[in-house]
Amino acid sequence: MRIKTPTVVMVLYLLFLMLPIYWLVNMSLKTNAEITGTFSLYPHELTLRNYRVILTDPSWYMGYVNSIIYVVMNTVISVAVALPAAYAFSRYSFMGDKHLFFWLLTNRMSPPAVFALPFFQLYSSVGLFDTHIAVALAHCLFNVPLAVWILEGFMRGVPKEIDETAYIDGYSFPRFFVRIFMPLIASGIGVAAFFCFMFSWVELLLSRTLTSVNAKPIAATMTRTVSASGMDWGVLAAAGVLTIIPGALVIWFVRNYIAKGFALGRV
Amino acid sequence: MEKTQNNKAWFLVLPVLVIVAFSAVIPLMTVVNYSVNDTFGNNEFFWAGLEWFDEMVHSSRLHEALGRQTLFSAIILAIEVPLGIFVALNMPKKGFWASLVLVLMALPLLIPFNVVGTIWQIFGRTDIGLLGRGLKALGLDYNYTSDPLDAWITVIVMDVWHWTSLVALLCYAGLQSIPQAYYQAARIDQASRWAVFRYIELPKMKGVLLIAVLLRFMDSFMIYTEPFVVTGGGPGNSTTFLSIDLVKMAVGQFDLGPAAAFSIMYFLVILLVSWVFYTVMTNLDRSQTDIPEAM
Repeated sequence: MRIKTPTVVMVLYLLFLMLPIYWLVNMSLKTNAEITGTFSLYPHELTLRNYRVILTDPSWYMGYVNSIIYVVMNTVISVAVALPAAYAFSRYSFMGDKHLFFWLLTNRMSPPAVFALPFFQLYSSVGLFDTHIAVALAHCLFNVPLAVWILEGFMRGVPKEIDETAYIDGYSFPRFFVRIFMPLIASGIGVAAFFCFMFSWVELLLSRTLTSVNAKPIAATMTRTVSASGMDWGVLAAAGVLTIIPGALVIWFVRNYIAKGFALGRV
Repeated sequence: MEKTQNNKAWFLVLPVLVIVAFSAVIPLMTVVNYSVNDTFGNNEFFWAGLEWFDEMVHSSRLHEALGRQTLFSAIILAIEVPLGIFVALNMPKKGFWASLVLVLMALPLLIPFNVVGTIWQIFGRTDIGLLGRGLKALGLDYNYTSDPLDAWITVIVMDVWHWTSLVALLCYAGLQSIPQAYYQAARIDQASRWAVFRYIELPKMKGVLLIAVLLRFMDSFMIYTEPFVVTGGGPGNSTTFLSIDLVKMAVGQFDLGPAAAFSIMYFLVILLVSWVFYTVMTNLDRSQTDIPEAM
């Protein structure tokens, strides 16, 4: 049997992508003695000790809980405010709409580093520092524009005749929106929510700046694996693997919309 | 689609405006304030005018960081865009394998930025990492913590690993929209593989490629977490990119004025480039939607 070039290219590329991830998983299943002592391509002494450390120590697993709390808050806020706005952009032309649309996009483009310090001061002054809502609101900076753009892309695909028919049938705007329009773009809402979840989950700079103890995200917790007895590589690797899992679990459901989501709904 | 003129639509946009005003406009105004004031603590501010901007424009530190940043973004784009197109052309078109490949390729995109850094930090270590050990076994003197060139290579390979899939996925989406009839016509004309790419596939990918380049430029230009975790900006200052330098200045040394002036110029550069891309993109959108109507 002849092996085709595309297959070879894809196998090589996927190998390149998977190797570093495999190495992380591999390390997370090893003991620290094996990691630093011997060099092995697969765990010789399979151990779940690293995962046990994380799942039994509150200072570790609360990191995951905190992350999930602010990520979910952010997703709900972003999608909720983006829905009506995206509808407005997809259906009406109004004064300044194009400028507004671009201005929203610029927020997705602003470097988080620029905002780190002002955010810290703003949220400290209103007493929100180190709360989940502070991080959730801060992440709205890039997630609200993202949600608006993605939803607008999906809404443009719904014919306007549907809106008009519903109004003739006597539907009020809110009822039409919730009962008829939202089910029509359900997949769009799902995709927008997924991407808000993802971008809030992967962000570290802002979430680390805005929290200290009570709302500290897992990403920031990971930086403290250096202890008196040296670096705890196994636990670090296990923590890393656990942060990959949420994304890996849900990506299958949005696989056909991945490109659309990453391109802000423009594909 | 023909849109109705209706200024009441502003009410629908209002919630977004309130949220974004709180999370973007207020902080940005704070930055503007700092950039034109000097402070000696105690929340007392003195008007400094454009002093900080003047200082920053002539700061060699900023120039070096900007130079490194530009070089980094240029290298990233030069590798990721062609590689992404190449991978997209070789992806399976449909069926279970297509789905599986899509999911596997998207995986690096969904890993938290600092974990990406951690993965490569471990992977590249010469004592416990596969890459570092492998290179050492090949007899190469590789050490990303002490050699600036090795650090650069590591950071670039990491970014290629992290983001090439994005370019590939976007191009793949563009390729999927090409009707089979085009390929059949090309086969009848006995067009070469290159001609098919040049005259059928590339024009169809133009729109998505533009988005891909825009996203990759923006994101690589404000990269912070990944190189920070891997190299911490070092060795020396060799991988200190703009964001890393900015955070060092603002949070580390608390030089509010210079950092704020720096921020504003940084933001303006990104804004300018993005605006150019956006204009080209919307014009392209328009010309593409015009064609079917003309036919």
